[in-house]
Amino acid sequence: MTTVAASKRGFDIPALLAWFIVAMVMVGLFMPIFSPDIGVMDVPRLSICLVILAIAGVRYELGFMRNWIGDLILGLVTAIAAWLLISTVSDHAGEAALGFWALMAATWAASWLFVERLAIWKSSSPLAARLINLAIPTLFGFTLLVLWQLIVVGAGVPKVLLPAPSEIWIRLTTSVPILWADFQQTFLKAVLAGYFIGCGSAFVVAILVDRVPFLRRGLLPIGNLVSALPIIGVAPIMVMWFGFDWPSKAAVVIIMTFFPMLVNTVSGLAASDAMQRDLMRTYASSYWQTLFKLRLPMAMPFIFNALKINSTLALIGAIVAEFFGTPIVGMGFRISTEVGRLNVDMVWAEIAVAALAGSLFYGVVAMLERAVTFWHPSMRT
Amino acid sequence: MTALASAKDTEMVEKTNSASPNRVIDIENLSLTFETNDGPVHALSDIDLKIDEGDFVSFIGPSGCGKTTLLRVIADLEKPTAGSITVNGVSPEEARLNRAYGYVFQSSALYPWRTIAKNVALPLEIMGLSGEEQQERISRNMDLVNLSGFEKKYPWQLSGGMQQRASIARALAVEPDLLLMDEPFGALDEIVRDHLNEQLLQLWAKTNKTVVFVTHSIPEAVFLSTKIVVLCPRPGRIYDVIDSNLPRDRSLDVRETPEFLKIAHRVRDGLRAGHSYED
Amino acid sequence: MTDATHSSPRSINPFAGLMSGTVGPVIVVVLVILAIWYISAVALNTPFQKGLYERASRTDVPVSQLITDTLAQERPVLPAPHQVIVEIWKTTVQKKITSKRSLVFHTGITLSSTLLGFLLGTTLGILLSIGIVHSRVLDKSLMPWVISSQTIPILAIAPMIIVVLNAVGISGLLPKAMISTYLSFFPVTVGMVKGLRSPEVIHMDLMHTYSASRIQAFWKLRLPYAVPYLFTSMKIGMAASLVGAIVGELPTGAVAGLGARLLAGSYYGQTVQIWSALLMAAFLAGSLVALIGVLEKITLKRMGMAR
Repeated sequence: MTTVAASKRGFDIPALLAWFIVAMVMVGLFMPIFSPDIGVMDVPRLSICLVILAIAGVRYELGFMRNWIGDLILGLVTAIAAWLLISTVSDHAGEAALGFWALMAATWAASWLFVERLAIWKSSSPLAARLINLAIPTLFGFTLLVLWQLIVVGAGVPKVLLPAPSEIWIRLTTSVPILWADFQQTFLKAVLAGYFIGCGSAFVVAILVDRVPFLRRGLLPIGNLVSALPIIGVAPIMVMWFGFDWPSKAAVVIIMTFFPMLVNTVSGLAASDAMQRDLMRTYASSYWQTLFKLRLPMAMPFIFNALKINSTLALIGAIVAEFFGTPIVGMGFRISTEVGRLNVDMVWAEIAVAALAGSLFYGVVAMLERAVTFWHPSMRT
Repeated sequence: MTALASAKDTEMVEKTNSASPNRVIDIENLSLTFETNDGPVHALSDIDLKIDEGDFVSFIGPSGCGKTTLLRVIADLEKPTAGSITVNGVSPEEARLNRAYGYVFQSSALYPWRTIAKNVALPLEIMGLSGEEQQERISRNMDLVNLSGFEKKYPWQLSGGMQQRASIARALAVEPDLLLMDEPFGALDEIVRDHLNEQLLQLWAKTNKTVVFVTHSIPEAVFLSTKIVVLCPRPGRIYDVIDSNLPRDRSLDVRETPEFLKIAHRVRDGLRAGHSYED
Repeated sequence: MTDATHSSPRSINPFAGLMSGTVGPVIVVVLVILAIWYISAVALNTPFQKGLYERASRTDVPVSQLITDTLAQERPVLPAPHQVIVEIWKTTVQKKITSKRSLVFHTGITLSSTLLGFLLGTTLGILLSIGIVHSRVLDKSLMPWVISSQTIPILAIAPMIIVVLNAVGISGLLPKAMISTYLSFFPVTVGMVKGLRSPEVIHMDLMHTYSASRIQAFWKLRLPYAVPYLFTSMKIGMAASLVGAIVGELPTGAVAGLGARLLAGSYYGQTVQIWSALLMAAFLAGSLVALIGVLEKITLKRMGMAR
């Protein structure tokens, strides 16, 4: 079905991309690379970059080696071109001209072409297929980083507005102790404590609520409503009640994670179908037996859905709560104070740590989910 | 196909072949009315039915005639609104608490997070049997339905017919004398269904269990049963009870005989008559 | 033997019908919450009140006096519900809308950036989902990033975005709306990708037998199928958008909006003000989501998809 539909479309994206590469190389050849008036031939590294890009584009257009070897060479060319551009532009920060942007566009198109080719690779082994599926988004991310670096340095974007990835990296590696202390304060204390208490208590409450139909009918609509509310607003109150240190942040996290977990667990416990419950009834199964053998396993996909949502909510809650007052350590505190001093690279380093922590947290929960709900149709491979 | 029942089960025959057959199910004047927003629905009305030990009884009728509801009443999954019913001489609820019957549903209702062996073990775990006893019953009943070797598979890795066989093994593992089956082969194709019908008959003949079987297929009902109960809808009631004179020990070939066709004809007439004054 | 002749247990209690639905239980739960609120308000405010009495060297205060006093403090630890309601009444109905002290004014500021961000986010989400559904490369390269974009606590950099954009001269509605956009595009993208892919293979095959173009298949099949998903995700997106707008108002310098009211309230210990802003935000979220719910009902009814 999809293959038929794909072959029906009137234009061929890879061919268009290859033409685009060639066209951009032409622009790069005749237009100034850096102001004032530096041509591409004056910068040997960029001439190499231009030549290999041109060869790659023309090669694809002529149809040579449209196989995996050709694709790999294309990937290599893209990587070399990107590296040449990055290493050159740092000597000419803020001086990039039309030719440079053309070369950047050509590199970007080459990377897109590479990904296009990767996406249609047929692989027999499932491992290779998974590697490819992993490589594509990774390449996409790298491309974004390279473009970010080239644009910021090439156009001389002020550091206050947006620092280059290289600057953020330097800041990240030179201030590990501060970042680690902040991470400890915010993530290891507030987030984890709040997450476990919040999800755990919601789980227990959900099981209690489930036993009393009256409570279920009364609490579920309210829980649904509260899930849609800007709960983060309770942060100032929690700071007032529990003080500046991490317990107040953990309290915010508890409240934020409680309702999604409650609502999801309750609806998960209702997820078993009538036939399965009848089956347990014919066995004269007790309430707890039915709960553990049927309803909890059935609720697991819902519970993990909440756990995943909460893994991101928890981090947001802890960081934002720190805007309302903290001791002089913590990710939210660092972000708000460094913004005030316009030390934007430090802020970005902190964000990088937060993003990494958030992604890892999410990843761990998602891996647990795979292990526990392996039987669910969405997980079967 | 190899015989479904193993030799071990013959001992059950011995303890039940004495004297007059026992009454397993006794239903008198039973009615069941559902209250809906559009007024009451008479799912069952004035049902009288007796089922003896060793009977193979089929309920047949058009959809909405209450055949599944009647089976569910026997299994204590629905409560009647009037009349009386006993299962093994006690109320359905007591019978259920005694684990007196095994129930096979329209679909296999296997739990996807349990292997086939673990699914068969489910009722045994609930009954609190020892590990060895569980193991013994699992292997015996998996063998009975020809699923040996599939213990470690998950339900979604098996075909529909195998899943249904696994669910029968699960019902048999309780070792009930009464087997309640609600259109168990309805979702399977004809060839698989014939096959399982034959196996079911062999199993029944070997174990002398009482089987109550819901179906909407005339050949299936006639082929399997010693007694066919024809129901008709609005209100759900018994239109005809046909005692089959086919030999207990029958093969698929019996479907070509005049006796078979005669019974099938009577069932069809009953179904048609039950239908006639409603549209 | 079961005597099953028992008549259906019809109770004559008039509340039975009410309690078996959702309305009754919800009302009861709300009342319980209010009761707990009052009790905790008294409990939490008592220490401060006792301190006041000691300083005034009043020793024989009756309990009823203590309770009324704890529910009428200027800056209570936990204000009582009626104090919050009175504060909301004072700052909405009794103040001019243009006044800086009017809660309606602040709500309006938050509402406008919420709506702008929501519109941008929904548009972006729909466009992204169309691209993802129709392009293998976009699906494989973009979709993982759309998902992991949400593991980045973007709210954390909300203040930075505001401050930085202010520094380069962009101020007012747009920076806040951008945060709302970022938060609301995600649910819409994910929901719409699911929705646009929800037509069954058999329907796609039908389109194929008509040799319908991809654009025709989109308008006649995919889009109608995706509409229920769109509304569900728009509800989530709207709620997220409001959170974005409020957090966007937190950084120092922002003087208007519900977020600013929260921050100001926390600086000056004006708990009643915090709670009234909080309640207002909750009310706003509830009505916005309910509004989408109404639109959903009307649209689905027109499309013949209502249940």
